[in-house]
Amino acid sequence: MTAAELTTSVEPHPASRRWRLPFSPWHLVLVPLTFLLVVPLLWMVVTSLETQGEANRFPPVLLPHDPRIANYADAWHTAPFGTFFLNSTLVALAVVVSNLVVCSLAGYAFARVRFLGSTALFMTLMATLMVPFQVTMIPVFLIVKWFGDNVSTYLGIDHLGALMLPNLATAFGIFFLRQFFQTVPVELEEAARVDGTSRVGVLFKIVLPLSMPAMSTLAALTILTSWNDFLWPLIVITNTDQMTVPLGLSYFQGAHQTNWPLLMAGNVMSLVPMLVVFVVAQRYFVQSVAGTGLKG
Amino acid sequence: MAEVEFRGVSRRFGDVQALHGLDLVVADGEFLILVGPSGCGKSTALRLLAGLDKPTSGEILIAGRPVTGLGPGERDIAMVFQNYALYPHMSVFQNLAYGLRQRRTPRAEVHRRVRETAVLLDIDELLDRKPGQLSGGQRQRVAMGRALVRRPQAFLLDEPLSNLDAKLRTQVRGDLKRLHREVPVTSIYVTHDQVEAMTLGDRICVMSDGEVQQIGSTDDIYNRPANTFVAGFMGSPPMNLVPGEVRGGTIRVAGAALTDFASPDRPVTVGFRPEDLRISGSSQAGAVPARIDFCEPLGSHVLVHALVDSGDPGAEETVTHVIAQAPPGTTYDSGSRVGLGVARGKTFVFDAETGQAAPPTARDRVTTA
Repeated sequence: MTAAELTTSVEPHPASRRWRLPFSPWHLVLVPLTFLLVVPLLWMVVTSLETQGEANRFPPVLLPHDPRIANYADAWHTAPFGTFFLNSTLVALAVVVSNLVVCSLAGYAFARVRFLGSTALFMTLMATLMVPFQVTMIPVFLIVKWFGDNVSTYLGIDHLGALMLPNLATAFGIFFLRQFFQTVPVELEEAARVDGTSRVGVLFKIVLPLSMPAMSTLAALTILTSWNDFLWPLIVITNTDQMTVPLGLSYFQGAHQTNWPLLMAGNVMSLVPMLVVFVVAQRYFVQSVAGTGLKG
Repeated sequence: MAEVEFRGVSRRFGDVQALHGLDLVVADGEFLILVGPSGCGKSTALRLLAGLDKPTSGEILIAGRPVTGLGPGERDIAMVFQNYALYPHMSVFQNLAYGLRQRRTPRAEVHRRVRETAVLLDIDELLDRKPGQLSGGQRQRVAMGRALVRRPQAFLLDEPLSNLDAKLRTQVRGDLKRLHREVPVTSIYVTHDQVEAMTLGDRICVMSDGEVQQIGSTDDIYNRPANTFVAGFMGSPPMNLVPGEVRGGTIRVAGAALTDFASPDRPVTVGFRPEDLRISGSSQAGAVPARIDFCEPLGSHVLVHALVDSGDPGAEETVTHVIAQAPPGTTYDSGSRVGLGVARGKTFVFDAETGQAAPPTARDRVTTA
């Protein structure tokens, strides 16, 4: 049989050729879902470019007649957005650094160190994840107030410290890193200990460098949570100089009227840093979700 | 280099006694093999020596210094792990240098020793690579290098060849033997592979159920097994063990009078190695009657699997599986009747109850079959 004959013989018969979608059937589900998720964002951007009149019209105006870029400048000048951004950044940075340090130490202890009551303590910690914030906010408020009155005013009510203090370590962060640390081969740590490394040294020289995907994911999640937090800042901050971005956005919401275009322009501006964080950390999000951080 | 000593070391994990009062002295510069099946306590012993685990009781000494209370880094030992445990985020150079840096060795000295070790192990071309870019054999050599470069008092090796393919394993086994000749550091090598055990070590310590069964040279272990466990564990295929009896000063197996044996009448376990068996006609005197099960041709020889019926009506299992080594080309039909003769002086006798070897003086009296 020649090569040509072979080629002919493996050619499927036209009658048996099945009709196939040019894309994965999953896309039929994913595309409408994506559309549902994107619509609010698009609507936010569209509203941020409209006039007050267009924004209040019903049915909604989907394409502004004359896109008003000036809304962004107006929003920036109407409220001290520079201060809000600075405050949000300071709080997010402090919370992220503290979470990475404290949660990695605690997570490593729960993952590897055997100590009396470690399981009970870990279960208790996990149980706190099930308590809604609304239940704990008054006690937390009182604790923060006590810190402000007795330790330092910078940690008390109406100061950025009040936003940082309750979030310096989270049960989720400890749980998340503990799970990841458990996947690091224990022989690597034992080899390092035989090589003369202390317990803490093993964490910082061996385990943490191998846990960059998990650390990056936790950092990104913490930044997102801290940046978007609204309820807690609303409770403890009344001073405009100490406000964070989400709280500052309420500037445009009056008791009787809301300036939707400026509010949405502020929203878009506040979203940009988070989009950057997400895009940068996306690779690690996927890696840590897939749990492939250390394979191979 | 140093002498390593276990003094009555025990380790219990909950209800499981992993190690029962281990007493063992490894001489300075000796290559000792700890061998045994999974769960026999060999790795536990190694981990206790490394300081990665603490004994429930007993004491461990390195160079005469009690180290039981010391951490792994303070014992001046180096360990090669089964999966190599190379730090994946560090280059080969950094992996080798890590232990020295932890001990604050001067920079120039670190570089000199890493280069020296790399040349010795033929990995000097790989120093800039990460472990993920190395083959299994290369990783194994880097793991050895990481232990060697420290010049420790003792090397601990935990099944270091088990992740290599058969061909590479044979090669690295030779490398290890040469390496120990060049750098004669006290080495304790854990394996479940009896070929590694018999080829590598100065002495072999056979363990089972957390207890030492026998310590001795390859010759001792193979030719003078202390009990049925050692006899059945060492050797490939292992020693055949069949129920028999001593009656009237003669060892009998399946009705066949094998050889004289000075002992009161009692049931015994009789052992013979596959290579010491000669297959003959079933009616031959002094040959154990057997029925052929199947043959396994292996090129250089044929393993003949046969069944011996001890015929003891009191025993639960009267048929014993026996393997005989025959010259290449040997074939037998399944079910055919044969006689198994044992080469002169190659019959081993063990107490049927305790499994312990009969006294050598008695065994020496065993004559031809």
